[in-house]
Amino acid sequence: MRRLINQRPGRVMAVALAITPFLLAVVVYSMASAERLAENPNDRLLPALHTLGMALERLATEPSRRTGEILLWVDTAASLSRIGTGVAISMALALAIGALTGLVPYLNRALSNFIATVAMIPPLAVLPIFFIAFGVGELSKVVLITFGILPVMIRDLQQRTEELPTEQLVKAQTLGASSWQILTRIAIPQLLPRLFDVTRLALGPAWLFLIASEAIAAESGLGYRIFLVRRYLDMETIIPYVAWITLLAFSLDWLLRRLNRWLFPWYSARKS
Amino acid sequence: MSTIEARSLWKEYGSDVILEDITMTIAGGEFVTVVGASGCGKSTFLRMLLGEETPTRGQLLVDGKPLPGEPGPDRGVVFQKYSVFPHLTAMGNVLLADELEQAPISGRLFGAGRRRALERAGGMLERVGLEAAADKYPSQLSGGMQQRLAIAQALMKNPRVLLLDEPFGALDPGIRKDMHVLIRELWERTGITIFMVTHDLKEGFELGTRLLVFDKRRHDPQSPGAYGATVTYDLPLQRDGGPPASVPDELSARLSSPLTQGATDANDSRCQ
Repeated sequence: MRRLINQRPGRVMAVALAITPFLLAVVVYSMASAERLAENPNDRLLPALHTLGMALERLATEPSRRTGEILLWVDTAASLSRIGTGVAISMALALAIGALTGLVPYLNRALSNFIATVAMIPPLAVLPIFFIAFGVGELSKVVLITFGILPVMIRDLQQRTEELPTEQLVKAQTLGASSWQILTRIAIPQLLPRLFDVTRLALGPAWLFLIASEAIAAESGLGYRIFLVRRYLDMETIIPYVAWITLLAFSLDWLLRRLNRWLFPWYSARKS
Repeated sequence: MSTIEARSLWKEYGSDVILEDITMTIAGGEFVTVVGASGCGKSTFLRMLLGEETPTRGQLLVDGKPLPGEPGPDRGVVFQKYSVFPHLTAMGNVLLADELEQAPISGRLFGAGRRRALERAGGMLERVGLEAAADKYPSQLSGGMQQRLAIAQALMKNPRVLLLDEPFGALDPGIRKDMHVLIRELWERTGITIFMVTHDLKEGFELGTRLLVFDKRRHDPQSPGAYGATVTYDLPLQRDGGPPASVPDELSARLSSPLTQGATDANDSRCQ
């Protein structure tokens, strides 16, 4: 018998193993739901799977009686535009600031400690300030997402810049590169795939800040809807919404990973 | 070509003396090899020639002028590793020198300028035998091919001095032989001044026209950093491919023990 750490599952087994926890979760949920519904057919806490399916279909196809819009798509568009704007702004700023502070000692001295300190401020604690300063509209939500993820992204990219071998920077100088050219032709091109990596990690917190800000003040959005219907114990809306958010988050992560591989073939080749 | 002149050159880190009182002249077009035990300041001297380090006392002149305090295009360099840019193809790496020179803002060439640069870079790749690997990224090249690429990249600037820091140290013996032939041939064709640091005494004897040995004259066991290394042997070698000069017994005895012990014999761990 080989050691446990040397035993590897075959192809079929690997797929079966991967599916098992998902199946188990569904089975446990259905059993719990069936038990509660058997006691009280009007129970709202754990709706049956087919009830959830019907609810999802209704949410995704039928216009709302109050506004005439299809709620799921309105909410999705609102949330995606907020998180997209926040993450895009953070990516651009993180790349520029991270590369500059990693490369230019004067900027490093001037900004590093400040960024490290700002990163310690709990973003949700300053959310009221954003609401007061930027109103309860889109801006404060985008600002919260940016404020929440930007410092970590900057620090990561700054570190990646500092990790560029000195040999590379010296070599570039012997080829006549100016500071600007080293930034744009040597540092930033090598940081881009790492930017995608750090963005994938930052997406989790970004969703957290999005939902938190929508929960407190909004007129649409996935987080807004969940917290709105919470008052009526409307699990038939909440659970499909959570599943939908999970799917969106998963797809974004997948998309970034694929983009990284398509755009920067040298990066994945180097790691293997 | 270029004359390198050191006048009573000292390098100290705090109270640790790395190099003491080095005075020598290297005539233009010489192929100087430098050997010595680990921590005897060979690489420190090379970094001073690069402009990465500045002398504590004394002067280092190229063509009678003091070196600027930073690397520049008149001194090309090839390190043991990290000498090429992983995010550029072989062609992109060689192209870089012309792109940086002719496009100060974008660092990229287009149209006719690019075609001219591609032609020149293609010729350089051919000279080092990499024309078939032009579209490959460095991670797809073998160690020997990467070093060929690094040499080609450095030669694109037509530097007056080529600095080699143990360039073949990580290569297999067979590949190393090929590289010796290549560098000898390039040196003969261009008449460039080459300054090469190596761990390999045999390589040092076979390759150059002049061999320098860096070693400590005095040693204080109570205080290993009290004395620095200097040039203890300065031997002219046979040119025109004759049989390698025989190693003086005294020299090989002196060098063989610290050389084989390598980096573990680190009385002086601060200079490597």
